Amino acid sequence: MIKYLKLNDNKCVGCLNCTATCSKLYFKVDDPAKSRIKVFPVGLGRHHIVACDQECRKCVAECPTQAIIVNAQGVVTINRSLCVGCLACVAVCPVGAMFYYPGESTPFKCIACGACVKTCPADALELAEKEDSPASRLPFELAEAARKKEVTT
Amino acid sequence: MSAFNRKDFKLLKEYKFEPKPIQRGYAMRTLHLDVGSGKVTEKPVSEDMKRRFTGGKGFGLKLLWDATSPSTKWNDPENEIVIGIGPIGGNTNYPGSGKSLVVSLSPMTGIPIDSNVGGFFGPYLKFGGWDAMEIQGKADVETIVFIDSNDGTIQFYEAPETLQRDTHLLAEELTKAFAKDEKDFQSVAVVSAGRAADYSPMGLLNFSLYDKRRQGIRIKQAGRGGIGRVFRDKKILAMVCRFSGVKQDLNNAADPAAVQRIGLKLHREIIVNDDAQCKMRKQGTAHLMEVMNSYDLLPTKNHKYGQDPQIDGISSWVWEKLFSQNLPDGCWYGCTMACAHAVDHFELLTGPYKGTKVCVDGPEYETAAGVGSNLYVYDPHGILELNFYCDTYGIDTISFGTMTGFLMECWEHGILNAERTDGIDLSWGNWKGAAQILHDMADGKRFGVLAGQGVKVLAEYFSREYGADPQFMKDIALHGKGLEQSEYIAKESLAQQGGFYLTNKGPQHDEAWLIFMDMVNNQIPTFEKKAEALHYFPIFRTWFGLQGLCKLPWNDVEPADNAKHEEPGKVPEHVKNYFQLYEAITGESMTWSELIRQSERVYNFQRIFNIRQGYGHRKDDYPPYRAMGPVLEDEYIAREERYDKQMKEKIGIDPSGRSTAEKVKITREYRMKQYNSLVDAVFNRRGWSSDGCPTPAHLQEIGMDTPEVLQVVNARISGKT
Repeated sequence: MIKYLKLNDNKCVGCLNCTATCSKLYFKVDDPAKSRIKVFPVGLGRHHIVACDQECRKCVAECPTQAIIVNAQGVVTINRSLCVGCLACVAVCPVGAMFYYPGESTPFKCIACGACVKTCPADALELAEKEDSPASRLPFELAEAARKKEVTT
Repeated sequence: MSAFNRKDFKLLKEYKFEPKPIQRGYAMRTLHLDVGSGKVTEKPVSEDMKRRFTGGKGFGLKLLWDATSPSTKWNDPENEIVIGIGPIGGNTNYPGSGKSLVVSLSPMTGIPIDSNVGGFFGPYLKFGGWDAMEIQGKADVETIVFIDSNDGTIQFYEAPETLQRDTHLLAEELTKAFAKDEKDFQSVAVVSAGRAADYSPMGLLNFSLYDKRRQGIRIKQAGRGGIGRVFRDKKILAMVCRFSGVKQDLNNAADPAAVQRIGLKLHREIIVNDDAQCKMRKQGTAHLMEVMNSYDLLPTKNHKYGQDPQIDGISSWVWEKLFSQNLPDGCWYGCTMACAHAVDHFELLTGPYKGTKVCVDGPEYETAAGVGSNLYVYDPHGILELNFYCDTYGIDTISFGTMTGFLMECWEHGILNAERTDGIDLSWGNWKGAAQILHDMADGKRFGVLAGQGVKVLAEYFSREYGADPQFMKDIALHGKGLEQSEYIAKESLAQQGGFYLTNKGPQHDEAWLIFMDMVNNQIPTFEKKAEALHYFPIFRTWFGLQGLCKLPWNDVEPADNAKHEEPGKVPEHVKNYFQLYEAITGESMTWSELIRQSERVYNFQRIFNIRQGYGHRKDDYPPYRAMGPVLEDEYIAREERYDKQMKEKIGIDPSGRSTAEKVKITREYRMKQYNSLVDAVFNRRGWSSDGCPTPAHLQEIGMDTPEVLQVVNARISGKT
């Protein structure tokens, strides 16, 4: 199972309560640049919300130190002590949901904690669950296939 | 596998140092180890050294110059192996920033060789606070050098006899022996050679990196010029460096956010463009195979031909299928170009590891061409097996491929036979014969050891011992200065002949690659234009070696709009990335022209180093004729139409009615003249005398007119050396 933040652009009113909640929780500041969820105005009063879907896991496959892992809830998280700050994960993310703050080593992303859900006045955010998929399993299958099973002496 | 622990090794000497944070790319000190006495010395880096030599191979050459004399030979104790890193090296943001630059007096050429290599050793060493490390002296016993960059310890151990000697096993054992625990494997980097490096001057150094997904070590090679032979001559079994805690900004950059921004820009460019361009992420440099073949440039049968219909067997898509896909196969953290591919679970068919399944690092293009098409081997298994054994025995695949191509041609002409090869069948395409040479090399057996001396020695030996025609031997022994040529057909591109042979260290693919520009796109038709290219590109590429950078992210991916620039071959936007990156890390301003100047200083210094060692004459810069034109009549006939046309249009002689022998001779004379004119033009452009010696005026202009350098130059100009 994969726990994730389900996003509904149609309901978003662009109040930025979510980004404020998130950046205050994790960085102790109210700064959209330090939020793990982003909201972009797309015109005509509409908005586009960006946060990790926890499923594509291209970042998990790309990380050279396996600092990006999947926890027991199926959520993609970053182990800061292993991260070397290369930002390859930022580059491979197809939806732009891996963020970094200039000059800080470790990137950050939504970990489906749900803090923002409670502060959203428009029900645009929801904590949800979904099944594993071929995409979500791929990084692990690739690593398993390449593993040196036989160690010769 | 029996597990070793370093505590079981006999500790010979121990030394403590203060780990020093890097400031703006530099530690401003270097490390000197004498493996003979176990003495360790720290040396400060002066502002003058930094300004003149920049870092990386610049520091390597300077330190080697100071440590040796004009009479030093490769196997004298004072010869060194210097590993330099460079100010940009070790950042994790810009793809290709983890190269170690290794410098030594080469057993193949007698002059300095420099070889760049991935793996973790160089950066891990740097993070202990060293811009470079010199290894000098000779040990009495098999020695392992261990450097812990976190706690500031250097230890010399006697290697237990029970340790493996071939790299794929040895580096694995040592990674485990020197890691604190299983989680620490990625913090350990090993440098080692292999058994064949005990005998062959084409011995190389393997630099390891621990691959967490494969749960084992991977290796990259400092391949060219025999530095592994020097390593083994010093009785060093391995060098191990440990560092844990790699972060984005261990260089303490002047502007770390800019380093991130510039790096991320290239990461994105690679992710978006690579699939439509070079497919480095899927195929690595092996993407070139069928491209080279279709342009008649893929070495086939000792560079006699440039293509063959069997190419489909070893084309890029074959390698893409064999390589494990979608793994972060960079040779340093953060390289999204990720060209260091591997074939996993490969079952060996020959040699001591026959029947075992191994991970084969590669092949890269040079290997697939050198031990593939060049030997008329179109079976990917053969290429992989030769690739694997070259690596683990510590043998350079390029020298080995060119050398074995030479042997196979000698076999074809009856100069070699089973009696002379100790029973090894060297018919074209017989990769098992080639593998047997390798096994014999590793075991120290006669023919393997002889073959391992390289084509220069072999050509002389076959003339002397077997009565082979000395001129023919000279013509087909593809080497310059003693180093085997790398794997592109040079004979139809005059500029590429210069690219290979008007080089400091011998014909390699590091300095200039102008075939497409010259032959395919006809962008440099005149001598002046060729000379300009043979000035600019070798000098520009030298810069990567000063900084700890890899060349590939410069032009193996390009901005989508690169073609709109006036000089697309230079990839101007990426050059801009580089000087911005340099500024962001060092805090010092940089321009395109200053970048060239930095390199020019070191390039000329290296030339003068050659001169100091008694080489560096014009005559040292000539190719064997196989690299310039058709040696044999059937070789002429294979491209008769092209050669006849050239004779008529370029030479002004009507080929009709002339015998092939006559036409071969006319072509040869013409091409020799052309090359001579090229040398004149290039030396002139580089600011060198007609004998290839940098002039004092040029040295003054570029800021390399130090007394020690001028002394060597003046002695050469006055005819004393």
